[in-house]
Amino acid sequence: MDIHGAGEGVRQRLLSARWVLAAAVAGIALVAIEAGADYRIAVGASLAVIAVAAFAPRRSLRERRAEREAEANRPAMGSITAEALAAAVSDPLVIFDRQAAVIHVNSVCAVAFPGLSIGTSLPLRFRAPEMQELIAKALTHGQPISIDYSEKVPVERFFRVNVSPVGDGGDLFAMIFRDQSEIRRIDRMRADFIANASHELRTPLASVAGFIETLRGPAKNDPAAREQFLQIMQAQTARMARLIDDLLSLSRLEMKPYLNPAERVDLKPLIEGVIDALNPLAEDSGVRIDANLGADPLVVGGSRDELIQVFENLLENACKYGRSGGLVEISVIHPGQQNGIDVSVRDHGPGIPEEHIPRLTERFYRVDVETSRGQKGTGLGLAIVKHILTRHKARLTVSSRSGEGATFTVHFPPPNS
Amino acid sequence: MQTQHIVRSYDADLKYLASRIAAMGGHAERMVEQAVQALVTSDLGLARKVVEDDAVLDEGQREVDEKAIIVIAKRQPMADDLREIIGAIRISGDLERVGDLGKNIAKRVVAVTETQQPLRLFRGLEALAELALTQLKEVLDTYASRSTDRIQFVRDRDDQIDAMYTSLFRELLTYMMEDPRNITACTHLLFCAKNIERIGDHATNIAETVYYIVTGLQMPPERPKEDKSHKVMLEDMVDD
Repeated sequence: MDIHGAGEGVRQRLLSARWVLAAAVAGIALVAIEAGADYRIAVGASLAVIAVAAFAPRRSLRERRAEREAEANRPAMGSITAEALAAAVSDPLVIFDRQAAVIHVNSVCAVAFPGLSIGTSLPLRFRAPEMQELIAKALTHGQPISIDYSEKVPVERFFRVNVSPVGDGGDLFAMIFRDQSEIRRIDRMRADFIANASHELRTPLASVAGFIETLRGPAKNDPAAREQFLQIMQAQTARMARLIDDLLSLSRLEMKPYLNPAERVDLKPLIEGVIDALNPLAEDSGVRIDANLGADPLVVGGSRDELIQVFENLLENACKYGRSGGLVEISVIHPGQQNGIDVSVRDHGPGIPEEHIPRLTERFYRVDVETSRGQKGTGLGLAIVKHILTRHKARLTVSSRSGEGATFTVHFPPPNS
Repeated sequence: MQTQHIVRSYDADLKYLASRIAAMGGHAERMVEQAVQALVTSDLGLARKVVEDDAVLDEGQREVDEKAIIVIAKRQPMADDLREIIGAIRISGDLERVGDLGKNIAKRVVAVTETQQPLRLFRGLEALAELALTQLKEVLDTYASRSTDRIQFVRDRDDQIDAMYTSLFRELLTYMMEDPRNITACTHLLFCAKNIERIGDHATNIAETVYYIVTGLQMPPERPKEDKSHKVMLEDMVDD
């Protein structure tokens, strides 16, 4: 403790005891006057009282000992390891050395950037020109630097990357990635939604507007025509509503494409539920749904609601576009824990021409626009399926031959991969 | 490079080659990405930038070549070191070609955007570019990690790219038949699609080189397959 600090302490103590001290000094003065003693004795006694008040310990021995023990037991920075500290950081964190080789990655980083292991050369993994420059600059200048960095594939991600030297030696550097993808995606979503929605909504809107014009003019007094037009208008508005629902759910999924849901879901009751819900539609289309799901539970990691959407979309498509076949089969192919689970939906309809297969999951891609519109399709069903499956680390494969129906297979990876 | 050489600057030389390749790879990835972006958003400024950026890759290739030749002359490399160096020469050549193809796409932006094009023309091209970029990234990641586990995926993806290209070929032909005014833009887009498909082929080449560097063996020969666009004829299209 420095001298200034000591003086401060004494002043504090005297200040807190000022009333007692004042009373004591007054008492001494009174006694001295009464006894007619020398004023010097009174002054000396007062000073002695003040000195005791200033320096004598006021807390008990036990209290002081307890305080010292608490001091000793308080966790100090030196007691934690650097690994523990890195693990507590919620953003991806990489520690690297002068050769730009990785020394340590925290667990968040291992998930966000798989393949970054100890010894990996950072410039080999982060090849974008701005990252190369960032690493080179950090190594030469030894100053904290930040840049914006984006990755386009496999999913688009945006980061604010910060590199700073760790400690005084300048031999170790920390690189932290702050994820900004969600903010960017919200902007993108807004723009995309407007572009897609305006493009796809224009057709039904134009038709509704046309009928309104007819109803106000030429068909004003024709009840039969009015009824017919109103029916068409209702169908068109229903289509617009469906389209908006689909666009919204697609946009929601696109917000977080890389977060894979962690719930455990048994596919068997889930698929059975979907089949029950779709039976009326199947009957209307004259299609029978055959399920062959085996006896074992089919547990995968995922989100129940989203998986329901996947199988609903696949089965609905099979019923709509494979109606001429009269039979839709849903079956489990490899119920083995090591290989994951394959669920396939097969229809016996006209099939899908080969050249369309790679593009089925694009937004608004339709094999045959007229058939799709007639079946109340929005052109977004399979795009939604693909997005959900990407989130679940699952894959969709499509095989088909003209005239022999189509098979949509969903491959779920084994639980711990 | 798990083991060290007695002469430490030899290690530094090999490391330098690898880091130059990585930097070139990053540039090539960025060029392709930006070229397609410029095409879709009709961004002429970005297209010009891509064309200028190609010089960086040309310079990179020259540098890798020279360095590799000096290392061979000075150190008389053997076994995996020799493969490493020869591999670097080959990969830098492939990357330089990828850059050229990106540049070529960027050059066509002017012609394509001369007339207003509907967005649907670009959707397929974007999807194709995404496949090719994913493949390029995976291959370069494989080069960084020197593991051959994922090599097979690269070939599978190449099949996907070819299928997508064939589909795009048909689609563009359809647009041309619908309206002759589309022909200029569609022809350019057809070349762009071909360029992207070629980028996929170069990525496959790099994958084979990496396999050779790591194992010392040639990659097992591929089953015969190709894109089927050379079989697409007008008569099929009219039947559809």
